[in-house]
Amino acid sequence: MEGNYYVCTGCGLLCDDIEVELEKDAVSKVYTACRVGVAHMKEGSREAVSQVDGKHAEEATAIEKAAEILKNAKNPLIFGLGTSTNEAQKKAIELAKKLNATLDDTSSFCLGPVVEALLQEKFNTCTLDDVRHKGDVMVFWGADPSDSHPRHLSKFSYFPRGEQKQRGWEEERTAIAIDIRKSHTAKICGSNFFQIPPGGDTEFINALIDGVSGKLPKTSYKFPPKRLLELANILKGAKFGTIFMGLGLLYSLDDLDPIIRLVEVLNEKAKGEFHLIPMVGHYNMRGFNENLFAETGYVNCVKFENGEAKHGPEYSTVEALKAKTVDAVLVIGSDPLASLPHSIVKNLLDIPIISIDPCETLTSRKAKVHFSTAVTGVECGGSATRMDGVEVKFDPILEAKRSTDEEILTKIMEAL
Amino acid sequence: MKMTSTMELYQLLPKTNCKECGKNSCMAFAAALMARELTPDDCPPMKNDPKYKENYETVSGMFSTTEGATETGLIVHEELCFGCGNCVVACPVNVANDPYGVGAGKAPKSTGKLILIIEDGIVKAQNVDECRRFGKNKILCTGCIVTCPVEAIEFV
Ligand code: SF4
Ligand code: SF4
Ligand code: SF4
Ligand code: SF4
Repeated sequence: MEGNYYVCTGCGLLCDDIEVELEKDAVSKVYTACRVGVAHMKEGSREAVSQVDGKHAEEATAIEKAAEILKNAKNPLIFGLGTSTNEAQKKAIELAKKLNATLDDTSSFCLGPVVEALLQEKFNTCTLDDVRHKGDVMVFWGADPSDSHPRHLSKFSYFPRGEQKQRGWEEERTAIAIDIRKSHTAKICGSNFFQIPPGGDTEFINALIDGVSGKLPKTSYKFPPKRLLELANILKGAKFGTIFMGLGLLYSLDDLDPIIRLVEVLNEKAKGEFHLIPMVGHYNMRGFNENLFAETGYVNCVKFENGEAKHGPEYSTVEALKAKTVDAVLVIGSDPLASLPHSIVKNLLDIPIISIDPCETLTSRKAKVHFSTAVTGVECGGSATRMDGVEVKFDPILEAKRSTDEEILTKIMEAL
Repeated sequence: MKMTSTMELYQLLPKTNCKECGKNSCMAFAAALMARELTPDDCPPMKNDPKYKENYETVSGMFSTTEGATETGLIVHEELCFGCGNCVVACPVNVANDPYGVGAGKAPKSTGKLILIIEDGIVKAQNVDECRRFGKNKILCTGCIVTCPVEAIEFV
């Protein structure tokens, strides 16, 4: 049965061991992928659609129209790209440069700050393969991979055997969940679930630092010090520990200092090493952050001016739309009309939208120009960066009937 | 569908203790049903008498959903399972039979002797006679139960 494996681009895990059966030019059966992945892989092979003002148009006409909108804009915004290949992302960066555009992805209101700190080497990190081969203590903090990355625990972080972990999860690994509610992941962690009150993360981190440093851990919400010390001792005993940081933890912190400090202290006090991996959700958000970082030194929220990148919160999608500093938007693989707060959506509806997306979304329906593009990993190949920074290359499963994000971006650029 | 207890099953039987099924009582028959030794069809009165028609259909329905999965009582609640693969990778029989495939968290290298695999995003049970809960040397293995985040696997 070993043979033709495909890559699932359903989430940041980029599982590379998926087998499929085809029937009549469509994926009919999928093996080993989770339910999310199966839905994602079966949605491919639809016909190419390009629309102007909601009506079907030739691709060339739609390209013309898109180029015209971008040319006439003083400060266009390019946004999305978390579900595009590295190749498409690089093309979008090039386009943003050429247009003196503002460029941002969903990471600015997601795990972007953590990926930025990671790329600036502010904390120790590792790959998921390292975790599988060596990990003995894994902490899911404000993260619920059972929902967001369904195969996380079975493929890498808890259940599989690895080079130095041959005896199995019951004996050799300890999974810990720290969260404000009993998530699916927390359920699997059993008695190693630590429930804290909303917003209680910073205090919990400080108490843990005290705990591992031999002081009495205290919190204003009176978390039992005995339990905290138990946890501190598990962490201290780790030979290869990893904290998987989710949005729940990020949103509860004012800045990253406490968690970075905890990883530092654990590296001093624990038996072995400690690492932090952000639980990036979209299959190539980390790729976007890395590609933009390589080009500009920033992971998101930039504005290009004559080839130079300016950076700041005012260039984030949310702030730029709030302040109405952008006058046209090119959205790639994202649905801001459905995901942003109402007050911001209002401003977005005031300016022309160009949408590039495999799916019909609220944004694509309201767009002045829309291109339906190939699903990556199904209708087109390319490369992407897994949530832990490992580059994964993939081939298409089906012959594409529609253009890729990269092709549309290239054509728009040529038409400018 | 969720399996009931012997008692609930008993409530649906004719309760006449006529012994036509070869058991001494309807209660014993209910226990034999639960153990998959007999099937609802083995109770002639219930099967043939129109007045038990509704109960017969209910009882048959309860067993037809589980029969498909296994004779050994392993039930997969497909509507709950989301294909995370935890059970597949944690099952000791799976690991022993495919250490470098599913045992290492990857796609199976050979599915021949595996009990649990993921097909179209849902776990599928096969070769259940290999399961450690059955056979002569059975033990109370809970590998696939405690690792499931949504209680999609159950033994009756
Ligand atoms: S865990 Fe993510 S990448 Fe893996 S099969 Fe599921 S959706 Fe696809
Ligand atoms: S044949 Fe049916 S009614 Fe008679 S004892 Fe058995 S279960 Fe009860
Ligand atoms: S009970 Fe044990 S041996 Fe049987 S399927 Fe579940 S994990 Fe495998
Ligand atoms: S652990 Fe539960 S949800 Fe995951 S594949 Fe097995 S039965 Fe399905």
